[in-house]
Amino acid sequence: MSFISLLWVLLLGSLLGLELIGKVPPTLHTPLMSGANAISGITMLAALTLIVKAEGNVPLLIIGSVSLGFALFNVVGGFFVTDRMLAMFSRKPSNKK
Amino acid sequence: MNLPVIIKFVIDLLAVLLLALGIKGLSKVKSARDANRLAAFAMSLSVVGLLSYYLGTSGIAIQSWIWIIIGSIIGSLFGAILAKKVPMTSMPETVALFNGCGGMSSLLVALGVAIFPISNSVENLDFFKSLINEVSISVSIFVGAITFTGSMVAMAKLQGWLSTPGWTQSKVRHFVNIVFAVASLIAFFDLINGNTSSIWLLVIVSSLLGIGVTLPIGGADMPVVISLLNSYSGIAAAAAGFVVDSQLLIVAGAMVGAAGLILTQVMCKGMNRSLVSVLFGGSLSAQSTASSGSGEYTNITSCSVEECALTLEAANKVIIVPGYGLAVAQAQHTLREVTKKLEQSGIEVVYAIHPVAGRMPGHMNVLLAEADVPYEQLKEMDVVNPDFPATDVVLVLGANDVVNPQAKNDSSSPLYGMPVLDVQEARTVFVIKRGMSAGYSGIKNDLFDLPNTSMVFGDAKKVLNDLIGELKDLGVGEK
Repeated sequence: MSFISLLWVLLLGSLLGLELIGKVPPTLHTPLMSGANAISGITMLAALTLIVKAEGNVPLLIIGSVSLGFALFNVVGGFFVTDRMLAMFSRKPSNKK
Repeated sequence: MNLPVIIKFVIDLLAVLLLALGIKGLSKVKSARDANRLAAFAMSLSVVGLLSYYLGTSGIAIQSWIWIIIGSIIGSLFGAILAKKVPMTSMPETVALFNGCGGMSSLLVALGVAIFPISNSVENLDFFKSLINEVSISVSIFVGAITFTGSMVAMAKLQGWLSTPGWTQSKVRHFVNIVFAVASLIAFFDLINGNTSSIWLLVIVSSLLGIGVTLPIGGADMPVVISLLNSYSGIAAAAAGFVVDSQLLIVAGAMVGAAGLILTQVMCKGMNRSLVSVLFGGSLSAQSTASSGSGEYTNITSCSVEECALTLEAANKVIIVPGYGLAVAQAQHTLREVTKKLEQSGIEVVYAIHPVAGRMPGHMNVLLAEADVPYEQLKEMDVVNPDFPATDVVLVLGANDVVNPQAKNDSSSPLYGMPVLDVQEARTVFVIKRGMSAGYSGIKNDLFDLPNTSMVFGDAKKVLNDLIGELKDLGVGEK
């Protein structure tokens, strides 16, 4: 991948992000923030790449592993906590029936 | 193109699509929960894509597998446990903690690549390519470090572990932060020039910058800061994507970065604050001490729980205004008991939710939902404001600034212009509050002085419990 095409990827990704959220009801501010936060843990892919390419370099393996741990803490925790919050909203209608 | 490359390309494309749909769905109540799961699925898909690509090309050494498994198990386990255990009231600091760890991860990746250049990717690079490499490593470290320390400070402040030190409210803080910023800039360029040792300088000063910028910000503005830091962690991820040459990482990081920015903007609007004043204005209370709004209360009416119960019994329509104090007292379940009693005796009960009620926009909705309050009873500010004149009783529970009429009447007040709930229009207002202390803004609340306002002093949970007892004695809700 050339640098220029990566820049294009960056630009288009940003534009997509700007378009995705238009009007958000205040109710969802906290869950949305928490969900987006979980997605930002996508940096786990970088950590994985680091570990795979470390080729036996133990300090690098450790750094990668710690980094992966931090990222997954963010991802797993973030998605679970968002689900917990959202579960409270979606439970309501079924209760009423 | 060989097969693994094609497979990875298809999976990546699918993952990006699903992530975008996930973010989109999260902004609508109906689809939010599924959207969250969709995003989680997309994330696991991206991992599968990456691992299968390496399996199909270079292969993955056993040693790498071991470290991958160790890292993932520990990280996921702690994340899952924390997410399950944490009380709903401390959601904001939890998000801050998760966010900080995401930033830390990007920081570590960049550090790792900088210290131990990955073989066969850096060694035989031309000048241009290695420059890009250095730049993306530096950006990743810079943003990652700010995200990490900033989030940690935000968490500590929300938890109450850290108060706002006095000196951070003086002008000195701008000078200190400028010094940190300039120092990180110097380290940044030094690093790009090939001086690898300045990497540690960059780590240290950008960490300090994160602390220096976040520390002066008051508790009321913290949600905005967390949202902004969330956006930063996206940028850090995108930068890490440049470091390891991953398009998926760049797209997803940029998407979260941009979406986080929009969300920050939306939140600022709800609080009537501009991003600039949040970031550089210091805490609101520091400015307001000099304002004309502060002063003594002259006409406070205090009343007992019994009077409150008697008035409630005679009411037809009651509006509840829950606030931060309710969240702190964990009284949402007790509140639900009270409103159930009122409803059973035919009194109409509605909850008025200010956009920034609780500790974070949307936080109060989560707390009330946890206490089984029907979703339809939660009314947003614009919907409920016209209803106040036709309301008999308003119960203000631990809310303060969001019901201050100054925001409408007094143009010299720092609150002026902030959207508020017009509770004073109702026939009777009961304010349940621990004492006469001011709200987040530190400003006197004119509502408390009004003739139709009565104060019920006490901890929200205790007052509500007493209220249940009084209502029982009156036979409310027992048929």
